Amino acid sequence: MNLSNTLLLMILGSSLLPGLAIFFLHEHSYRLRTTLNMIGAVLKLVLVAVLTWGVLHEQTFETRWLIAPGLELVLHADALSVLFVSLSTLLWLVTTVYAIAYLENSPHRSRFFGFFSLCVTSTVGLALAGNLFTFVLFYELLTLSTYPLVAHKGSAEANRGARTYLAYTMGGGLVLLIGAVWLQNLAGPVEFVEGGVLSQLPADSHPQLTLIFLLLMIGLGVKAAIVPLHGWLPRAMVAPAPVSALLHAVAVVKAGAFGIVRIVYDVYGIEFAADLDLLMPLGIAAAVTIIYGSVLALTQDNLKKRLAYSTVSQVSYIALGTAIFGPLGTIGGVAHLVHQGVMKITLFFAAGNYAETLGIHKVSEMHGVGRRMPLNTLAFTIGALGMIGIPPIAGFVSKWYLGTGAMEAGLAVWVIPVLIASSALNAAYFLPILYRAWFAPARSDWPDERIPSGRQETHPGLLWPPIITASLALAVGLFAAAPFSPLEWAELIAEREYVR
Amino acid sequence: MNEAMAFVIATPLLGAMVAAVFPRQSHWLGVLSLILNAVAVGLLLAFTLSQGKSTMVLGGWQEGLGIALHADALATLMLALTACVALAVSFYATGYFHNPRDAARFWPLWLLLVAALNGLFLAGDLFNLYVTLELLGLSAVALTALGGKRESIDAALRYLMVGLLGSLGYLAGVAILYTAFGTLDMQQVGDQVAVDPASETALVLMTGGLLLKTALFPLHFWLPAAHSNAPAPVSAALSALVVKAGFYLVLRLWTEVFPQAVPEQGALLLGVLGSMAILWGSWQALRAQRLKLLAAYSTVAQLGYLFVGLALLVITPAGAAHDLVFGAIVLMALTHGFAKSSLFLAIGVVQQHAGHDRIDHLDGTSQRLPATTFAIALAGVALIGLPPSGAFLGKWHLISTSINGGQWLLVLVMGIGSLLAAAYIFRVLGHAFGEAAFASRPVNNASAEWPALTLGIIATLGLGLGSAWVWPFLGGAA
Repeated sequence: MNLSNTLLLMILGSSLLPGLAIFFLHEHSYRLRTTLNMIGAVLKLVLVAVLTWGVLHEQTFETRWLIAPGLELVLHADALSVLFVSLSTLLWLVTTVYAIAYLENSPHRSRFFGFFSLCVTSTVGLALAGNLFTFVLFYELLTLSTYPLVAHKGSAEANRGARTYLAYTMGGGLVLLIGAVWLQNLAGPVEFVEGGVLSQLPADSHPQLTLIFLLLMIGLGVKAAIVPLHGWLPRAMVAPAPVSALLHAVAVVKAGAFGIVRIVYDVYGIEFAADLDLLMPLGIAAAVTIIYGSVLALTQDNLKKRLAYSTVSQVSYIALGTAIFGPLGTIGGVAHLVHQGVMKITLFFAAGNYAETLGIHKVSEMHGVGRRMPLNTLAFTIGALGMIGIPPIAGFVSKWYLGTGAMEAGLAVWVIPVLIASSALNAAYFLPILYRAWFAPARSDWPDERIPSGRQETHPGLLWPPIITASLALAVGLFAAAPFSPLEWAELIAEREYVR
Repeated sequence: MNEAMAFVIATPLLGAMVAAVFPRQSHWLGVLSLILNAVAVGLLLAFTLSQGKSTMVLGGWQEGLGIALHADALATLMLALTACVALAVSFYATGYFHNPRDAARFWPLWLLLVAALNGLFLAGDLFNLYVTLELLGLSAVALTALGGKRESIDAALRYLMVGLLGSLGYLAGVAILYTAFGTLDMQQVGDQVAVDPASETALVLMTGGLLLKTALFPLHFWLPAAHSNAPAPVSAALSALVVKAGFYLVLRLWTEVFPQAVPEQGALLLGVLGSMAILWGSWQALRAQRLKLLAAYSTVAQLGYLFVGLALLVITPAGAAHDLVFGAIVLMALTHGFAKSSLFLAIGVVQQHAGHDRIDHLDGTSQRLPATTFAIALAGVALIGLPPSGAFLGKWHLISTSINGGQWLLVLVMGIGSLLAAAYIFRVLGHAFGEAAFASRPVNNASAEWPALTLGIIATLGLGLGSAWVWPFLGGAA
């Protein structure tokens, strides 16, 4: 057993084992639970750093385990998985800190953190999946481990939201399963290989491949919240804030988007997908989702719902980048996988802080909140401006590459207007919030002030996570050209995906 | 090593007798004999894994005259399932019966049932199969009646009638075969079977009788009442093991004795009935008001999957694809055995704790019993067929075979069945998240809770991640 065989298992185990142990902990053993959580999160970060270094130097990391004829569990690390793994690991660490503070003294914490760790384990499993079967397996596990998190509050509304979530994701999982089985019938066990594996198949299988592509995209589109499969996302907002943050930035929505990237690049291969004319429909679905999500976000007064529809819109940038043929589009889409995550998690942390500290749930209640909670509002502002695409924040970088990529691919006619319209809409639903928060006269009574204003505007465990992620969003934009930046990795990935 | 076969049948049988003579000691005598039984089964399994199929003729008579026992891959796997489930159910049962008289009645019958099952899996000739089938049916009926309430007596009586009718059909088929071919040995009969009236009539009679006993839709009418009114350990055994015996025999008859005589329409019929069972059973489980009824209807649906698998097996020509379907069916049967017994035992804990099993009133209970709720979740994952359970792997290969054969309707049926299963399982699990008063010190009744939990873990993790050896084992022996 050398390192390259066990490292991937250790990365999975570093959240799986603490998670399992936490289930058995007594509700009041706060210290032990926190220690387990933090050890797991930090250990995972260290292991992922080792992995990143190895993949950069073209080492192979692979673990295989046959569990039935033709069905092999394969964990494999390539550049794309490293990108997603490091995103989830980093944001998991931050979210854990946030969640510990957020859930202080609330019931069922052992259950919560147990499933929280399982959820991250499934996400990391998805990122490291080396073939379609393993991907499907972790995709379903992700559904199972997030359901208890969405239902966590136990209210009638939470139960309804969780049921809706389950109905959508189970349906999507089934469609994905059928697509995967069908594909395996045609092509044998489908391994993820940079450049794709299906172009070798005879031409008479092409109509079937098109149909399978549709099935796979529907299955993944449910989690990625592509219109019209997005209905669960706003309803799942009943979950506690750290869960929403994780669901929108790393786990569920991102898993769907990541899957789309995987299927297009490493199963079909971007060139073969272009030959089959699969990219255009995907691009149009993404464009429709981008506009539709933004329009709906405009009409929401509930802050978390507005953010939810914003996620619907923003995640489809990844699918759009995938659909734009050419390295620049690829770079834009893949980099946005990280950029959107960092920015959106900031927004959700900050929104959760408004609710926890002052009882603010609605945009219309946010008058002058910037003076009461300046640092939190500053973080929110950075996230929001990044979403609109204002330089030098991360969102600008991805939009820039998407735009130039579209021009290069000759799709400027409709992609550029979509990007402009979407940015305008983003501005239309974010700027009024910022204006109200900073410039409107402060109100004297907050809906439900729980943490009195003192030396710090709120609990430090709640305040620091958004500050850290906002700084990250700023840094990945500012230092986009630095080594190990998401953009640099995206360029590395694009380099390895285009074979011809 | 052949002695292990005799030992496998003898230990529970002796246990039953001793337990009947010493009713006060019956619980530990029962557990002891089932531990010994499990050891014997383990040895037999290890032997069969390394040496392949083995035969033993009792009393030293030559084959065809004496009682022959055969242990092949399929039989030993079913024995292993029975041994594990029986052991877990027995541990659970030691704490279940509060009335010593109930316990004294339970143990001898229960051990007899295990002996009958073991005999049935090992029997090599058609008449001995009949004897074990009858013994199994009668002990199952008596156990069902142990509930003592009016509903359980009614259900048990109906179960008795159905069982007798089923055995009668089977026996009539055996008589025809004996008249036609002059032997009862399965192999020798199988060598002579052809497309002729005698074989076909026997096939129809025997299959019909067994389908009645296995409760394949629409012959399932007796099952929900019987399985849901029996005491929890009995329900677990009935749903996990007893109905499997009928399926096991159909599988054996169709693949080993009658493969020449099975008409194409037979596969079609089984496929249609199996599909109806999946849809109807899942739908009824979703509508059930009581947990035990939900679990019982879920059994109706899960049997449907097995028969759909059998239909696919019949239409798949011999070869790698055929072996794959065979493995998938057996793995699904094993997974269901573990999962359903886990579910019924967990429901038993819930019922004893809450005093009822009405699904809509479970909020507080499922929160105070985290381990049991977790067991229900694990069993549920296996029943829905989600990863990493064994049923997921089985379902993958069944869907794969259906797609290859262009059987899109079956794909659709299995898909809808999975979604309905998810709906009824999560309808129960949703109650674990109610707002009912939160107990920071949950109830931990370890001896009652861990059997269900262990079975659930085996169904979901053990058979999912550790079952790769099952396929070559079955393929090599078939």
